[in-house]
Amino acid sequence: MTRGAITIQTDRCKGCGLCIQACPQHVLVFGEEFNARGYRPVQLDERERCCTGCGVCALVCPDVVFTVYRQPVRRAA
Amino acid sequence: MTMLLEAEAPTTTAPDWELVYQRPQTLVDAPTHYCPGCSHGAIHRMVAETIDELGIRGCTICVAPVGCAVFAYKYFALDSCEAAHGRAPAMATGLKRVLPDRIIFTYQGDGDLASIGGNEILHAALRGEQISVIFVNNAVYGMTGGQMAPTTLTGMRTTSSPYGRDPLTQGRPIHITEMLATIPGVAYAVRRSMHSVAEMRKVKKALRLAFQAQMRGLGLSIVEILGACPTNWHLTPTESLDFIRDRMLPEYPLGDFKVDERLRD
Amino acid sequence: MARELWKGNEALAEAAIRAGVEAFFGYPITPQTELLEYMARRMPELGRAFLQAESEIAAINMVYGAACAGARAMTSSSSPGISLMQEGLSYIAGSETPCVVVDIMRGGPGLGNIQPGQADYFQLTRSAGHGDFHPLVLAPATVQEAVDLTYISFDLAFQYRTIVIIAGDGALGQMMEPVEMPPMREISQERPDWALTGVDDRPPRTITSLYLDADELERTNLRLQEKLQRVAANEQRWESYMTDDAEFLVVAFGTVARIARSAVRTARAAGIRVGLFRPISLWPYPAAALDQIVSRVQGVLVAEMNAGQMLEDVRMIVRGRVPIRFLGRMGGVIPMPDEIAAEISHIARVNHRSNGSNGKSPLSERSTVL
Repeated sequence: MTRGAITIQTDRCKGCGLCIQACPQHVLVFGEEFNARGYRPVQLDERERCCTGCGVCALVCPDVVFTVYRQPVRRAA
Repeated sequence: MTMLLEAEAPTTTAPDWELVYQRPQTLVDAPTHYCPGCSHGAIHRMVAETIDELGIRGCTICVAPVGCAVFAYKYFALDSCEAAHGRAPAMATGLKRVLPDRIIFTYQGDGDLASIGGNEILHAALRGEQISVIFVNNAVYGMTGGQMAPTTLTGMRTTSSPYGRDPLTQGRPIHITEMLATIPGVAYAVRRSMHSVAEMRKVKKALRLAFQAQMRGLGLSIVEILGACPTNWHLTPTESLDFIRDRMLPEYPLGDFKVDERLRD
Repeated sequence: MARELWKGNEALAEAAIRAGVEAFFGYPITPQTELLEYMARRMPELGRAFLQAESEIAAINMVYGAACAGARAMTSSSSPGISLMQEGLSYIAGSETPCVVVDIMRGGPGLGNIQPGQADYFQLTRSAGHGDFHPLVLAPATVQEAVDLTYISFDLAFQYRTIVIIAGDGALGQMMEPVEMPPMREISQERPDWALTGVDDRPPRTITSLYLDADELERTNLRLQEKLQRVAANEQRWESYMTDDAEFLVVAFGTVARIARSAVRTARAAGIRVGLFRPISLWPYPAAALDQIVSRVQGVLVAEMNAGQMLEDVRMIVRGRVPIRFLGRMGGVIPMPDEIAAEISHIARVNHRSNGSNGKSPLSERSTVL
């Protein structure tokens, strides 16, 4: 299972929730605090599952808040 | 792994992580004025990605409309201009006629293109104008607060069809992309939608073909994209996607209405 | 250069071509259509852009598009078509984009007719579209002058980044006169630094007339007004004819000024010392020049092919110092020389009689619409 990671420009998030619905791993949730524009930005929640770096969040996000990384797959040594 | 703040991008912690996705170069790194869940944002990004991938940022000019996307010129890192309501195809024609080697595209909403600008898009198509048209259909006039548009569904309530659009007095939704597909000068006319990840990927492909049609001088290309307008539909962003799927698709089936065969190879 | 016989509309087109017009977008409307037809023949020959648009609305927006690319772009039309172009003109003015527009005026309002008229004066000088702006409006009286003004129109448009309107009328457009055509000018390929070309290796450029922030829009307007003041200061054009010793003055422009010229000669022959003041720039109006002459005369006759539009500018300049008489023909009726001559003798006679009595002329400002 490849491992992924994302960065979130929390000040740009408008709390639309489209990424939360779309994320196959369901690792995105609304955060607790509010950003400067009064929205509750999303955040990563990897308690049960982990981000795989699939990039669906970045695809659906209308505000381009995600940058997505993926751990290079290591060949079996 | 806890949430990473922008500063600590994993590349700093694990240098060999592979960057999978980042903001396209053609999209200005700035917040947009669009409402939460509005499809314009993601469509802008896909247009910018397409321009990056085709490597045409240096020769592309955007003609923004009047409507929610009037500020498109602030969001695209492109030379751009802002047309009068409905006149983007005419303005794009003027640009293309003096800059034949540049890629010119208009980005228009349904009120702009199918209502006040109906004659302009019709004649740009009749002339086979070598421009690409990105036509966002969200069934209402967004910028002015949700009035009825030519694409408003039968029975759909808007601020100017408060009893629901009545076909007897307010006509039926316009299928302008199908109409334009009958015109020889049109090389590419399709309808896509933003209501699911799978459909969004098809939007991206369609945008690419539209720009390629222009790059090869095959004629006018138009991509109609069904988009969400949560604020004026009085729905949440996710409910808006359902609205597109459940209410708009029956009226506006997706598909290719015209694809110049030279585009296939 | 030999003088050749040219029809007004075609001369205007050829003059624009020699001035280096790169793109023409027009629409058929009498009495201007020969200009479009001429462009349809010539522009493709020279590898330049020509297109008959689907409407005047489309035409002016095509001009706007081409002008955004820094190209010398032009359209032509007649009164009803100019009305349709007003929104486009406002956008072009608001974004300080240069272009040239020819208005071959006709009888109005509404569909009116196709005879000559001058009833677009207000439209061109007061309100060529919504918002505070003024195109530079030039009114030729002869085909040669139409050629000469068109030849410099693009330079003026680009110099001030403004709209230049050549205001003729059906007579000027349709008549033929001997003309000496200016030399063909090379089209310069370099573009102004505001022109859209595709970003390549510089920051993106944006041409818009949208400024949602009120302060920013006001600053834009202040910049526009400052430019218009420069235009007003530098671009006033007029012709004075026999005004040095004139006791009475006729004020008229375009075709009516030509007719008034012969009326002035007739009146002079009858012993009346009258002169003609002919504004060539309708905006900026040559106010100082007129004001200076008015200070030396005892009566003014304004003659127009409308119900009295330039009349209002003349009133503002005369400021009640002397009586103004007005002769206005409408509907495309062209005033004859003897009509104007009769009006001249009227103001002369009335003024002569009143001087005999208490010197205060009984003739208050009165407009007669024949």
